[in-house]
Amino acid sequence: MLRLLKLELQKLLLNRASKILIFISFILPFFVIILSSLRINFFGLFVLELGHYGLFNFPIVWHITTFFAAQFKFFFAIVVVSMIGNEYSNKTIKQNLIDGLSKKEFILSKFYTIVFFSAVATVLIFIICLSIGLYYSSISEVALIFRETEFLLAYFVKLVGFFSLCLFLGMLVKRSAFALAFLFMLFIVEWILYGLMAWKLDENTADRIQNFFPLKSMWKLIDQPFQRIAISKMPDSKALIYDFAVHWYEVAIVLGWTAIFIFLSYRLLKQRDL
Amino acid sequence: MESILSINNLTKKFGYLTAVKDLTFDIKKGNVYGILGPNGSGKSTTLGIVLNVVNKTSGSFNWFDGKVSTHNALKKVGAIIERPNFYPYMTAAQNLKLVCRIKGVEPAKIEEKLELVGLLDRKNHKFSTYSLGMKQRLAIASALLNDPEILILDEPTNGLDPQGIHQIRQIIKEIAATGTTILLASHMLDEVEKVCSHVVVLRKGEKLYSGRVDEMIASHGFFELKSQQHEALLKVLEEDPIFGTISVENELIKVILLEPMDASSFNRLMFDKGIVLSHLVKRKESLEEQFLQLTDNNNDQKLQSN
Repeated sequence: MLRLLKLELQKLLLNRASKILIFISFILPFFVIILSSLRINFFGLFVLELGHYGLFNFPIVWHITTFFAAQFKFFFAIVVVSMIGNEYSNKTIKQNLIDGLSKKEFILSKFYTIVFFSAVATVLIFIICLSIGLYYSSISEVALIFRETEFLLAYFVKLVGFFSLCLFLGMLVKRSAFALAFLFMLFIVEWILYGLMAWKLDENTADRIQNFFPLKSMWKLIDQPFQRIAISKMPDSKALIYDFAVHWYEVAIVLGWTAIFIFLSYRLLKQRDL
Repeated sequence: MESILSINNLTKKFGYLTAVKDLTFDIKKGNVYGILGPNGSGKSTTLGIVLNVVNKTSGSFNWFDGKVSTHNALKKVGAIIERPNFYPYMTAAQNLKLVCRIKGVEPAKIEEKLELVGLLDRKNHKFSTYSLGMKQRLAIASALLNDPEILILDEPTNGLDPQGIHQIRQIIKEIAATGTTILLASHMLDEVEKVCSHVVVLRKGEKLYSGRVDEMIASHGFFELKSQQHEALLKVLEEDPIFGTISVENELIKVILLEPMDASSFNRLMFDKGIVLSHLVKRKESLEEQFLQLTDNNNDQKLQSN
């Protein structure tokens, strides 16, 4: 396992383009989060300090930061599709197999890399959340601090699932740009299907079915936190109440998709003549 | 003798096209084998199948008597297919290190192998800056990293300039001299003739000949003849069972011998028949002519009489 991971890391880290993209995908979200947690003085006109609105209090800080950090996953998605696209355009996938890598190992080395980077991102976000939270909240009870850390798990699963989808699309179309276009098409198709179901059936059923779609199920893992922020400001508005928790079945659906995508990538490679 | 690779009734179909048809042959340790055939005869497809990158349609193949799985067997094999494929953004040394990781061997041999192919002074240059000849030499170095039991080369001199071709052939000879088994696919006959001891000839995916190169060349040769009595000469040749195929190229008659006969006794025979020759040369076929014969015979006889 370590051998396969090392193999892929060497391919990635010696490539300048993917190095820059990896750097961006890690640094940018943290930079944004840290910047927003600072006290910003707008030329003496007014002072913006998001921390004052209670956004960085425990436990809501876990929800908000994982939600926003997850939006930056697109940069690493480019890395994932290009790490497949490059293997095809350089024909190095063929050479790798001739040199004695099995097709299974080839897919696994990509998958391990995805898991590795998702894990690193999760650890980093944990450290940042913890430090910002500790800075802003007055809570010092350990049990309260670590409440709702399931959002971290959701964040990790969401990244692994999304990148596995990118891996599969990369294997399917062999070219990075087309794979990203496919990803966008999948997004549109999911919404068209949703629209059709909402029209033919009813909105409630459509909602429930849509939660099983690959992209929607990943989105659903970490629900948007805006409503929750609003609720915390206006505690008596019953209309705003919604279910924002991370549920085990949401995690299970995304893990299911991950397994399907990895298996399909393997099947695809196995049947293909290179 | 120890078998390195045995191929049994291997067939590959691409849709309606049969690229490899019921192919069977054996590779024994220590010999230098050539796979010979025109472009599109199924050489690369056959190699692709045994190298795990092309799926077979039917038949089977075994590495090392079937004792190890294919992808583990490939770790004991060094192979270059068609064009050198490396990561353009990595240097030569980095590319070789990656291959070491895949094959699971220590990177200690990188320098030694780069020296063998004469690239040691360029080891820290990016692959993308290499010329085609250098890329091909790097591919050979890469294939040798694990000191393979068999080296497979698919058209190793394709597209190179004469100097590059010479360098590659020199390297192949040096490797062959160390006793490494080599399998060389080529459409260049002199290449196979110079390097190989055994040959498999393919045409349209079918095996036409397999055996020793010197046995394949072992024919009785042929005569090149000219005479004022052209028609009479042809008639005599056609009537005598010693002579095989007769072909005519601008007055020049080429006749293949089915039994041994030297030039002077042929001349005497003709003189007895009242035919005076203005031109008489006895020649042995080169592998090239043999090859064209083999590949054309089943196809069309016209090429020979043209």
